[in-house]
Amino acid sequence: MYIIVVGGGKVGYYLTKTLVNEGYEVLLVEKNPEKVRIYSERFGEVCMQGDGAEARTLEEAGAARADVVIAVTGDDEDNLVICQMAKRKFGVGHTIARVNNPKNEEIFKRLGIDTTVSVTNIILSYIEQRLPDRELSHLVTLTHSDLAIVEARVTARSPYVDRPLGEVSLPRDVALSAIIRNGDLLIPGPDTRLEPGDDVIALTNRASEEELREALSR
Amino acid sequence: MKVVILGCGRVGSTVGRMLDERGHAVTIIDRNEQQFKRLGERFRGETIRGVGIDEDVLRQAGLESADLFVAVTNGDNTNIMASQIAKEVFGVAHVITRIYDPVREQLYQGLGLDTYCPTTVQSQLIVDKIQERAAARPRP
Repeated sequence: MYIIVVGGGKVGYYLTKTLVNEGYEVLLVEKNPEKVRIYSERFGEVCMQGDGAEARTLEEAGAARADVVIAVTGDDEDNLVICQMAKRKFGVGHTIARVNNPKNEEIFKRLGIDTTVSVTNIILSYIEQRLPDRELSHLVTLTHSDLAIVEARVTARSPYVDRPLGEVSLPRDVALSAIIRNGDLLIPGPDTRLEPGDDVIALTNRASEEELREALSR
Repeated sequence: MKVVILGCGRVGSTVGRMLDERGHAVTIIDRNEQQFKRLGERFRGETIRGVGIDEDVLRQAGLESADLFVAVTNGDNTNIMASQIAKEVFGVAHVITRIYDPVREQLYQGLGLDTYCPTTVQSQLIVDKIQERAAARPRP
């Protein structure tokens, strides 16, 4: 498999290094001659000086026989054009673009880039996916008061479990607003009993947040 | 007509001024505020400071309701990307893109952008002038 990496910043450098070590045939294209000189000393003849958005550079790099072109410069407009040139002019089968502004990820996909990578979006989706597992997650912070809407998963050791909510003494300024049990929404009343695994959404004073977390998810 | 121009250099500012004088609604975007001085004091259009490949900046410039988008920054790739956003995301009917690199210009013309290449146009102009001179000169 022949891979062309365009852009010799940190991402391009470590990507090339890793791919070389994995045994792939790799060529790194970088504009700055000084960087090219240093990289060539470090990992041999796998580095070429040139502007990856120029057809002549891509031709010289052998784009016509490349299986993958990866554009990882710090400029989204360059990454887009590099990938489009590779695909449309040289028929490269798979193009991968680094996206710096996360909003551009969708645009790139619409414009024919096969794979886009946005570090911002990866971190964001990681946080969002992990949300239900966290003990207490902020859903909304209300800006004009000291209140927040939070979500917590009830554990078996919670003192609130298996008692009617009417008998439970909640921290100050806390209102349990909703319970999600097996995907169904329950509106809690005084007779409702919490079960382990319930997700509770509550409106709380910021001062009582810690106490609520401790009680629900201990 | 509502026109949005990206890039307030020599070409962008001249086109902006000319269209403004002809009564079109002109909005011009540049990342450097100093460039707006080129428009002169009589310019009645809008100026927006920002990067042209940012969807939010283009929306702020009113691309959703624009009839024409002109991309004339000094970066080919910026012009290409902004033009594609204008066409694909905002559905602007007419998009004009300046591309200095003749190879890139040919490629994107083939992909449906209304492109022009100053390199090709100017080179042709110069060669034509030289040939005219040569033809006018009496042969020895």
